[in-house]
Amino acid sequence: MARTISYREALNEALVQEMERDQSVIVMGEDNAGGAGAPGADDAWGGVLGVTKGLYDRFPGRVLDTPITESAFVGAAIGAATRGMRPVAELMFIDFLGVCLDQIYNQAAKFRYMFGGKAVTPVVIRTMYGAGLRAAAQHSQSLYPIFTHIPGLKVVLPSSPYEAKGLLTTAIRDNDPVIFCEHKALYDTTGEVPEEPYTIPFGEADIVREGDDLTIVAFGRMVSVAAEAADELARSGVRCEVIDPRTTSPLDEETILESVENTGRLVIVDEATPRCNLATDVSALVARQAFGSLLAPIEMVTPPHTPVPFSDVLEDLYIPDAQRVVNAVKNVMSWER
Amino acid sequence: MTGTLRPTGALDATALLDGYRTMRTIREFEERVHEEFAKGDIPGFVHLYAGEEASATGVCTHLDDRDSIASTHRGHGHCIAKGVDVTEMMAEIYGRRTGACKGKGGSMHIADLSKGMLGANGIVGGGPPLICGTALAAKQQGTGGVGVAFFGDGASNQGSTLEAMNLASVWNLPAVFVAENNGYAEATAATWSVAADNIADRAAGFGMPGVIVDGFDFFAVHEAAGEAVQRARDGGGPTLIEVKLTRYYGHFEGDQQTYRGDEVARARAELDCLKTFRSRVTAAGQLTDEQLDAVDREVAELIDHAVAAALEAPKPTGDDLETDVYISY
Ligand SMILES: Cc1ncc(C[n+]2csc(CCOP(=O)(O)OP(=O)(O)O)c2C)c(N)n1
Repeated sequence: MARTISYREALNEALVQEMERDQSVIVMGEDNAGGAGAPGADDAWGGVLGVTKGLYDRFPGRVLDTPITESAFVGAAIGAATRGMRPVAELMFIDFLGVCLDQIYNQAAKFRYMFGGKAVTPVVIRTMYGAGLRAAAQHSQSLYPIFTHIPGLKVVLPSSPYEAKGLLTTAIRDNDPVIFCEHKALYDTTGEVPEEPYTIPFGEADIVREGDDLTIVAFGRMVSVAAEAADELARSGVRCEVIDPRTTSPLDEETILESVENTGRLVIVDEATPRCNLATDVSALVARQAFGSLLAPIEMVTPPHTPVPFSDVLEDLYIPDAQRVVNAVKNVMSWER
Repeated sequence: MTGTLRPTGALDATALLDGYRTMRTIREFEERVHEEFAKGDIPGFVHLYAGEEASATGVCTHLDDRDSIASTHRGHGHCIAKGVDVTEMMAEIYGRRTGACKGKGGSMHIADLSKGMLGANGIVGGGPPLICGTALAAKQQGTGGVGVAFFGDGASNQGSTLEAMNLASVWNLPAVFVAENNGYAEATAATWSVAADNIADRAAGFGMPGVIVDGFDFFAVHEAAGEAVQRARDGGGPTLIEVKLTRYYGHFEGDQQTYRGDEVARARAELDCLKTFRSRVTAAGQLTDEQLDAVDREVAELIDHAVAAALEAPKPTGDDLETDVYISY
């Protein structure tokens, strides 16, 4: 039975259901409970944006508060994962990745390969990315391409409540390190989500809108921006196919290539800054493998290559919006071969 | 008032008025930001320093432009104490073009390198390593400058903070580490998260002196910081000072503070650094209520002016979006 819940609630539900299903699932992070010193479980924050709220009370001993020690607790989650636990650690903002990067990219990511295929490291690192909250340059980045660059990490970008629950469930059941990137501007968005547990396989893109004039590949929060643009374009007769790859690693290359082979035109929408991001990655893929079907140059819609500004005026200009996607599509459509 | 009265030291009337003015400016600034935030005029995250004024002021009184400080996400007080322009700070908080960072940084990133203020910092534990660098530079260049890292109880657990203290000791740097222990890191109590009775106890592990001071008492902070800064300037190496205090507002504006009890009301009524200061200096006959009231009025005007100027100031425009990046594309 599906009902309408928020992205935040969908994530919380996936955690609850997986913790109920599997005793080895544990959760850790800053301010899960407001420290063991919090006066009562009712007061527990459930992490700074409340995603794990209610879990501390519900699963005694399995929800661990942490001091502000990302290197230590993310590393501890990884270590526990090598010994039969399934930890889900919350790295509050993706911007704090730098503090614990070694544990993620030199340790977790490499275990399976470096140890000759014998290591199993089922750890999930949940983190929040993205601009839009006037949170300035150290709390607004979209650093998922950095994780995507590292072999050995699976990287997930849920774009809606439905995606959030299904993908988090898959992430928890997966035997490899998964970096699960939640967009903070999506937490209060709502959508239909089944009550029962379900999984969404990694590496299988979702075709959000079908169309045969042009392909738009969009990531994370940019999926809804692209869909809005596609709806507007449809009114003027341009039929865009909108693809949400869901995971950047593994990436569903096949769906993207098939779509571009059909439409001959591609626009990529990525909230990460434009050098070495997912837009450049997908461009390279298509240029290499579907060059012959291209009817026009590929366009990328991204922020400028700058840190995220604080001022509301500048931040609004910074984040790609539907109008910019519409303009990009029109540019590509106007190209005469 | 609290405990036994400590001597007010050798501070003359001018120094006392300066100290009071700085603390009052921080308080007034924070109270106004609190009000304006509630009106919805200020964007983003704001973390207020009110209640902690004696710490920033007691430490920074010993510093000049040769010296650097690194701050935290709760940086307004440190900025003011280090001499950053209050009008520019307010404009920055409002995201205006006239702001200290042209509206690009906001509350969490106010900086003025010309004043040796390395910036409020959005990364917990981001500051202490930077201070090793400014202290190293001061040492190499023979300026006599020191570096002061302010950080919270939460940040005291962060590896970068501990690494910085070790490095400062190993390199014998002119550095001072000021742990402002306000009892909480966001909603997490320091009594739970700090695995030691006191943060200052950790100093022993890094071969430096560790001192605990009452953060409501300007004179206590002033004295401890004076010794530490002098030791650093004299080549005696780093010190860790733990300042125990209370923040009057939530972790950020909007925080419901379900994780703590009524300690703030008690602190405001009985321990407040401004009240304590006033009663001490008037009782000692060093300053009069009239003199202090005059400072209060002067500061209130300054802050009124800063808010008005910020509200009138222009916002940045699209032309500002791609400036000041190291490389332009
Ligand atoms: C590396 C990192 N982890 C987590 C956070 C989120 N965060 C911001 S402030 C804060 C609490 C800091 O507490 P403390 O150091 O005690 O300073 P206080 O707020 O008490 O002044 C946390 C966890 C962050 N900004 N950076």
